[in-house]
Amino acid sequence: MTDASMDTPRPRRAKTSLVSEDARTKKRNAAEKRFQAYGILAIATGLFFLAVLAFSIVRSGLPAFTTTVVDVNFTLTQEEFDEAEGQLFKTKAYSGYFISALQKKLETENVQVAFDEAAIERIMGKIGSTLREYYTANPDQLGEEVAFKLNAASRVDGYFKGRVQRETLQDSRFLTLADLDLVDALAEAGIIHTAFDWGFITGADSGVDNPGGAGIGASVVGSFFMMLVVLLLSLPIGVAASIYLEEFAPQNRWTDMIEVNISNLAAVPSIVFGILGLAVFIQFMHLPQSAPLVGGLVLTLMTLPTIIISTRASLKAVPPSIRDAALGVGASKMQAVFHHVLPLAMPGILTGTIIGLAQALGETAPLLLIGMVGFVARGYPDGFISGFTDPNSAMPAQIYTWAARADQAFYEKAWGGIIILLIFLLTMNIIAIILRRRFERRW
Amino acid sequence: MKFAKLTASAMAIAAVSATAAAARDNIQVAGSSTVLPYASIVAEAFGANTDFPTPVVESGGSSAGLKRFCQGVGTEHTDVANASRKIREKEIKACAENGVTDIIEVRIGYDGIVFASQQDGPAYNAFTQADIFNALAPKVMVDGELVDNPYTKWSDFNADLPDAEILAFIPGTKHGTREVFEEKVIAVGCEMTGAHDAMIAAGMSEDDAEDACLEVRTDGRSVDIDGDYTETLASIDANAHGIGVFGLAFYENNTDKLKVATMAGVMPSTETIASGEYPVSRPLYFYVKKAHIGVIPGLKEYAQFFVADELAGPSGPLANYGLVSDPELAKTQQMVADEVVMGEGM
Repeated sequence: MTDASMDTPRPRRAKTSLVSEDARTKKRNAAEKRFQAYGILAIATGLFFLAVLAFSIVRSGLPAFTTTVVDVNFTLTQEEFDEAEGQLFKTKAYSGYFISALQKKLETENVQVAFDEAAIERIMGKIGSTLREYYTANPDQLGEEVAFKLNAASRVDGYFKGRVQRETLQDSRFLTLADLDLVDALAEAGIIHTAFDWGFITGADSGVDNPGGAGIGASVVGSFFMMLVVLLLSLPIGVAASIYLEEFAPQNRWTDMIEVNISNLAAVPSIVFGILGLAVFIQFMHLPQSAPLVGGLVLTLMTLPTIIISTRASLKAVPPSIRDAALGVGASKMQAVFHHVLPLAMPGILTGTIIGLAQALGETAPLLLIGMVGFVARGYPDGFISGFTDPNSAMPAQIYTWAARADQAFYEKAWGGIIILLIFLLTMNIIAIILRRRFERRW
Repeated sequence: MKFAKLTASAMAIAAVSATAAAARDNIQVAGSSTVLPYASIVAEAFGANTDFPTPVVESGGSSAGLKRFCQGVGTEHTDVANASRKIREKEIKACAENGVTDIIEVRIGYDGIVFASQQDGPAYNAFTQADIFNALAPKVMVDGELVDNPYTKWSDFNADLPDAEILAFIPGTKHGTREVFEEKVIAVGCEMTGAHDAMIAAGMSEDDAEDACLEVRTDGRSVDIDGDYTETLASIDANAHGIGVFGLAFYENNTDKLKVATMAGVMPSTETIASGEYPVSRPLYFYVKKAHIGVIPGLKEYAQFFVADELAGPSGPLANYGLVSDPELAKTQQMVADEVVMGEGM
């Protein structure tokens, strides 16, 4: 038996070498290469879409930051001022004076194109309120010549930006082809040109017939006050709740149920919180409608679960040895938590909070029902407290409102608003990353 | 300690705001998305021309706006409801149940409803109500019989219309525009084609037949748009042969993208609508809670400002945006000045 076995040749093992690969190793290596290629492809696809998105946002949104203005020196007399103030529709009277002044000026400038007062009216935007604001604030300028930079009509602005084209333009009461000839002549004379639009960054919403006057500034302030409410309420409540649940609460059916409900709450569609907000905060507690305070309260409800979940996770990530050491040297449970566990969990808590806030910043749906979506053009609040209670919009709500308007100029504004919103979100995320890097500890 | 401080400050803010809540100083408006543009123009001008704060105008549809309006009297409820249709009996009753009894009805003017398609699409340039009915009703008349709608192309029932697939984007049921569309187009078309008579001949009662007339087909050729006109415009942009229902003002703001169809041979314009030649138009309203006048500062002034000749008149900014001004505006102005409520002297 043993002989026989000795005689039969041993099955030949494939020769392996450390230097050259055999077939099986090749196959395994190829599989790994393929997997890596898939991964790179997946990342490339993601990056491609991100690039397309960023490109289209920037391309569509950048024009919103410039506007077409008309440079004119204009004098308003005391008599004209008194007459305008005596009327019901004062701003219209102001723009009337301005338009006839501009017409006179153009006649002396010897513009080579035929025009009439109606054409100038079509070219100019809604300028009455700008003029009235200026003269009521500076009555000493009455009778003096003042250099104004006033918005041109949105369609003229569109012509400069390529949104309105000669080929597709159809004569209407908003703009005619002949008006464009006049605009070209004025542009050549340097009277009309594009300029950076500070009004877009600082201004408030405007009526649908005045896209040139619309700005996102007031709604940035609204968003700011909302986020302040969210931060002041959800951070302490969320952290207190999670510390109790994680460190002190007994493990029983009640805490289990609370835990499950918190996870469920995190998945509730945000519009539900809006309905709740309308019923509880406005109709039951009689808080003011359209106020950032109510918006903040609603968003707090929405953000709480996110903060609680992330806080609990970061508390859990602190090694038990830290607690044991603190308790071992005689610290009370509370001292152990507040002196040792919480500081170590802070980066995680802050990151969770900022991400929760960023999420809340981009929400429109819960604001729909509490009156923050629509035409809210109250402007800046007078003081800190009224910032919470005065009607105001929020950035995403403002963008949503603009996107629904008939005039294409508002569509452009909506894209511009998205850029501003993204800048805010990016800043918040960068802060989250910095905080995490700075306070992170490894064990 | 930090948390205690934060919580305390949060509570202080809540307390301050609770006191501020008692006195609302701005007008709160909600309702029709068709009236919203006009209301926003007026609200902006109201803020710029008076010492009152700019009113807040929300959208959401006529029905939703009236529902909120009817929820009660008090600063937590809206002061004005915009509507692109008249308030219904049912709504007046719901209002009364919640204590909202004195309502001032203000008609601001008229709005035309137009049918428009993509600028580069097939040439839909002449419709009659019967065409729209034939295209969109679930049951239509073919050779004197009422049958399930067999038509897939416009040219199937009217050789003058292009050989294109039927696809219409019509306003959803929460919009006041839908009611006008049903009443002035579909119902008229139902009568014109004889479907209405055929239904009655088949044993339906008058009311049932009228309701049956207003149904639209559910096989995907008629699409309800619940959002704003921009949503309809986006759908039209994506469908070369689609036809959409728009407000006249919206169309006039987008003439470079849309081309409009005539209805019963009349081109829609502010003139033809004012003269009554163009058949598909409707009055626009807003409703004011009389109990809030004197409580909310500037409420009556807002209503008066809205219907003033300078704004709602034929040369005002509202007409310039596309509102067909009301020939009886003077009467409305008088009514607002006297605070005449509904059911009183009307």
